[in-house]
Amino acid sequence: MSYDVLIVGIGGQGTILTSNILGEACVIEGVPVRGAETHGMAQRGGSVESQIRIGQEYGPLIPPGTADLIISFDLMEAARYCHYLKEGGQIFTSKEYVVPTSVFMQDFPAPDEYMLKGLFGDRNVTLIDARKLAEEAGSVLTQNIVLLGAASGYIPLKEQSLRDAVSKIVPKKTVELNLKAFDLGKAAGLAR
Amino acid sequence: MVVKYLLGNEAIAHGCLEAALDTAFGYPGTPSSEVIDTLRAWPDRESYVEWSVNEKVAYEEALASSWCGLRSIVTMKHVGLNVAADPMMTSAYTGVKGGFVVLSADDPYAHSSQNEQDSRCYAAFARIPCLDPSSVQEAHDMVRDAFSLSEEFLLPVLFRPTTRICHSKSDVNLGEVAPLNREASFEKDPRQYVVIPAHTRILHKKLNEKQSSLKKRLVELGYNRCIIRGKTGVITGGIAASYVREVISDSVSIAQIGAYPIDEQWLSEFIRSHERILVVEELAPVIEEVARQVAGLVPILGKKTGHVPFEGELSPERVAQYLHAAEILVQADYPVVPTPAGLPVRPPILCAGCMHRTAMYAIRKVFRDGIFPSDIGCYTLGLQLGVVDTTICMGASITVASGMAQAGEKHDIVCTIGDSTFLHTGIQGLLNAVYNNANITVVILDNRITAMTGHQPNPTTGVTAGGVERPAVSLEMLCRSCGVSFVETVSPSDLVQFTGVLKEAKSRSGVKVIIAKQPCVITERRAKVNRGKFMVDPNGCIGCKACIKFGCPAIELHNGLAQITDLCSGCGVCAQICPVSAISLEVKE
Repeated sequence: MSYDVLIVGIGGQGTILTSNILGEACVIEGVPVRGAETHGMAQRGGSVESQIRIGQEYGPLIPPGTADLIISFDLMEAARYCHYLKEGGQIFTSKEYVVPTSVFMQDFPAPDEYMLKGLFGDRNVTLIDARKLAEEAGSVLTQNIVLLGAASGYIPLKEQSLRDAVSKIVPKKTVELNLKAFDLGKAAGLAR
Repeated sequence: MVVKYLLGNEAIAHGCLEAALDTAFGYPGTPSSEVIDTLRAWPDRESYVEWSVNEKVAYEEALASSWCGLRSIVTMKHVGLNVAADPMMTSAYTGVKGGFVVLSADDPYAHSSQNEQDSRCYAAFARIPCLDPSSVQEAHDMVRDAFSLSEEFLLPVLFRPTTRICHSKSDVNLGEVAPLNREASFEKDPRQYVVIPAHTRILHKKLNEKQSSLKKRLVELGYNRCIIRGKTGVITGGIAASYVREVISDSVSIAQIGAYPIDEQWLSEFIRSHERILVVEELAPVIEEVARQVAGLVPILGKKTGHVPFEGELSPERVAQYLHAAEILVQADYPVVPTPAGLPVRPPILCAGCMHRTAMYAIRKVFRDGIFPSDIGCYTLGLQLGVVDTTICMGASITVASGMAQAGEKHDIVCTIGDSTFLHTGIQGLLNAVYNNANITVVILDNRITAMTGHQPNPTTGVTAGGVERPAVSLEMLCRSCGVSFVETVSPSDLVQFTGVLKEAKSRSGVKVIIAKQPCVITERRAKVNRGKFMVDPNGCIGCKACIKFGCPAIELHNGLAQITDLCSGCGVCAQICPVSAISLEVKE
């Protein structure tokens, strides 16, 4: 059995980079790993997902209702994919969300926070103020690493492996602030 | 040996380098593009790597490379193989010299494609071997060894990864990159390379004679293998084999097909050792048809019995469900969970500041009752803006437009096509439209890059795949040389001027070409172009939603008034649209 993580968000928010960090950490520990990603047209501001299966030797796809962990960079996307979570699994999500442009264009009612939270039902959801923590770390672009840090306590990989993977994957000039984002996220995840 | 966490396409590129690949050619297409992108970015690269203008061109160049004794690969997406089908069919007759691999990436579920065609059928049609990997590691190993297989049988080898191989990731065991030592040398042999009827009849016979030893060899090489564990069995192949192996019980036999053509005798022996067989494969029933031919009295379940669908992609839970329905044991059942209801969809959308949106907005304004054939690229997303009425394949915007015009359609016909697509297969359509005097307007959306597939350069970019600067092609001169007299180049971000040119085109007859020229907003961002950001004056905004209807993702509506978010790239088009001048460039204190 693998430990299955679904990383979701909007194209451009860093789902692929975050899953690369998990994959790299697996290689560091010698654990087999499989991942699946959204490339191509769907990346243009659409809803995107990265699936990553830690300890898996077969396929890269996570069946709905079986994911151990969901990391989400947008509250609406967390709601959209929450049925992937298994019973007793964990969701860590940014508390912010972007309303799709189509909603404004076609005069649909925009879903509010109350409605989005309602979709989670009784699942374990931790909301993280990722923007604030990322700004505190030094760049609003580190929100994905904040959320990775927040969820890190549940990931069956050593913290050092995750930190080493962050250092290896993010652009060189940003290693320090990404590690800070990881730490701030981790503290927020523990304090929930 | 090194272990790395790699994208399927990166692992495939590495496999090629381990096989001492000499030359690589391709045309971008999701999910195949990163193979060439990885090769061209390879440090200290010795091999020649090219983005060609289309798949037929790429195929013929790669084939020629092989005829000169080099190892070569040509890459494309499945529908690209339609464009390259002409040389492919006959190259099976002529055969090859250096190892020649044709990578055609299939896209079950059409994640990023216009259809779900199955490249394995093409391999059978051309009578060439086809390798169908079930995992990233296997994709790496197979492509590495495919060059030798090609040299052994002197045939092109079709390599067919699917989206869930190309765009999945895995820890991969890698070998060493091999040094190159071949020299290109073409040895003349008209009986092989000149397919006049007298030669081709003999070549066809030779191709057919290779088939039976090829089938045996693919079993010997371990591509087609089986484990017998019980009285029921599953035959599977490609990525579906990974799903089957994940969910199946230990008491069920598995035959895994990794290569075609299948040795019927081998498959028959496997089938006849069982009481019942289920065939699990994505898309076409390629394995299933062979299985049915050789099954004798053993029942074969699969697509033709309604147990497995003919379309879409498979997944572990779907495979478990099909096995269950066929009364074949699975390890575990998966929960059935309802998807959350009531959420607005979030489809992909043109970027904030994208010139396609502006061009299409203006086209819609000027040609209110127009018919809008379009083409393949980011701008296909113009569907959401109501300016994409047809899309069928690369280059078919201009031809569909001229076809409608020649059919006598009375409305104005305005087609849109990107720069890369125009150079791919658009030019012939334009030439034909002028020759036959069609009454159409062609808008070439020229952003100087092949954007949707990941920003690959093309002849308008002014640089090659290898990073060498080359003079950018002049689309104006190309169009004029096709015989177009009305050719205007204008940036759509100047909405007034662009609209004026559209109106001028509308008033004329014959073929009119407008080149809407403006760099891709992603290219600009990477080049650190900063035009600032626009803002809405909340006291000026009257909530008319004119800017909202423009459809830019940087513009939101809050409490009835427009707001511009951080996504703004500063194109300023919304400021030109606003009827009350409430939008202006934000001034930093």
